[in-house]
Amino acid sequence: MMQYKETAVTPQGWILIFICWLIAMGALFGSLFFSEVMGLKPCVLCWYQRIFIYPLAILFLVGMFPLDRSVVRYTLPLATFGWLFAVYHYLLYSGYIPESLQPCSKELSCAEINLELMGFVTIPMLSILSYSAIITLLLIFKKRNTL
Amino acid sequence: MKNKFIVAAVAILFVGLFIAAADLYNNQKNSSLNSATLENIEYIQRDYSPTLGPVDAKVTIVEFFDPACGTCRSFYPLVKRIMSENEGRVNLVLRYLPLHNGSDVIITIFEAARLQGLFWETLKLAYKRQDAWVVNHISIPAKLWGQLDGIGLDMDKLAVDMKSVEIARRVKQDLADAKQLKVNKTPGFFVNGKPLINFGYKQLQQLVASEIDEQYP
Repeated sequence: MMQYKETAVTPQGWILIFICWLIAMGALFGSLFFSEVMGLKPCVLCWYQRIFIYPLAILFLVGMFPLDRSVVRYTLPLATFGWLFAVYHYLLYSGYIPESLQPCSKELSCAEINLELMGFVTIPMLSILSYSAIITLLLIFKKRNTL
Repeated sequence: MKNKFIVAAVAILFVGLFIAAADLYNNQKNSSLNSATLENIEYIQRDYSPTLGPVDAKVTIVEFFDPACGTCRSFYPLVKRIMSENEGRVNLVLRYLPLHNGSDVIITIFEAARLQGLFWETLKLAYKRQDAWVVNHISIPAKLWGQLDGIGLDMDKLAVDMKSVEIARRVKQDLADAKQLKVNKTPGFFVNGKPLINFGYKQLQQLVASEIDEQYP
C-alpha cells in the first residue's frame, strides 16, 4: 500500500534520479550521433566510457518507477569507473599523459582531437562533465536518504 | 503517474531530436559534398584507370574499390547489370582504394595482369576466390597468387611487372585522389562526377538513371 502511495506523489529525491537519467540519455544519444551520424569512429577509451554510461540510461529508468532508494548502490560504481576512464582520456587528450602510454592502436589514436565544439568543448570533456554530474547527484541523493 | 508520462515524453523527445538532428546534419553534408565535388572534378577520373564498356558512353560510373572488400565483390555484378540494362550508355572506371592491410600488393598484381590484357579476368577470379586469400580482413597476396590459375597469366612476367614504377605511381595517385575526395569507404561511387551519397544499389540505380535522362533526352 505504501508503494502505491509513493508513486502517486513524486517521492523526495526522484527528481535527482530523473536528472541523472536525462544526462545518461543525452550521453547515449550524443555519442551515437557522433559515431553513427557524423562518422567519428570511437577509439578504445571512448568504448570503455560508453560501456559504463549505456547501462545507466536503463538502470536509472528502472530505478525511477517506483523510486528505488538503493539505486545509488548499483549505479554509483558504474559511474565511478566510467569517470575514471573519462579522466584518463581527458589527460591523454590534453597531453598530460605522454602518447607512449596510450593503449590505442595507431590507426585510431585516442589523443587525436576529432571534434571541438565552439573551439574548446571536446568529447572527453563532455564525458567527464556527464559522469561528474551523475556522481554528484547520486551522492546528494545518498546523503538525503541516510539522514 | 504524471512522472511516467514525463519520462515517456522525454524519451520520445530524445529519439525525435536524434532523428531530426541526423537529418539536418546529412542534408548539410550533402550540399557541401555536392559543391566540393564540382571543385574536385579533376580528381575523380584519371586517364590511366581501367575502363569497361563503350568509350563514347555519356554516363560514367567511377568506382573506388578494394579487391578484399566483400561489398565491392557483391556490387561488381550489380554494376555490370546496370551497364547491361543501359546498353551502350554507361561505362565503368575502376579506381583503387586499398583499405585492407595487404590490398596495396593485390592491386599491383591487378595492374601487372592488366599489362597482359587480363585485368578483368583477374579481378573476376580474385572476387570469386576472395574467401581464399582474405583472412580476418587482411589480404594475403601469396594466397591470391596460388589462386590465379586457369586464365592464362604469365606468372613470371607478372612478378617482374609488379615492381613497375609506373604502377606504384598510379596506386599512389588513386590513394591521393580518394583522400582529396573524402572517399573513405569502399565501394565509393561517382556518376558523372556526382557522388553517391546515400549508399545502396537502388540509390546507385537512381543516380545512373537520372544521369541517363539528362544525357540522353
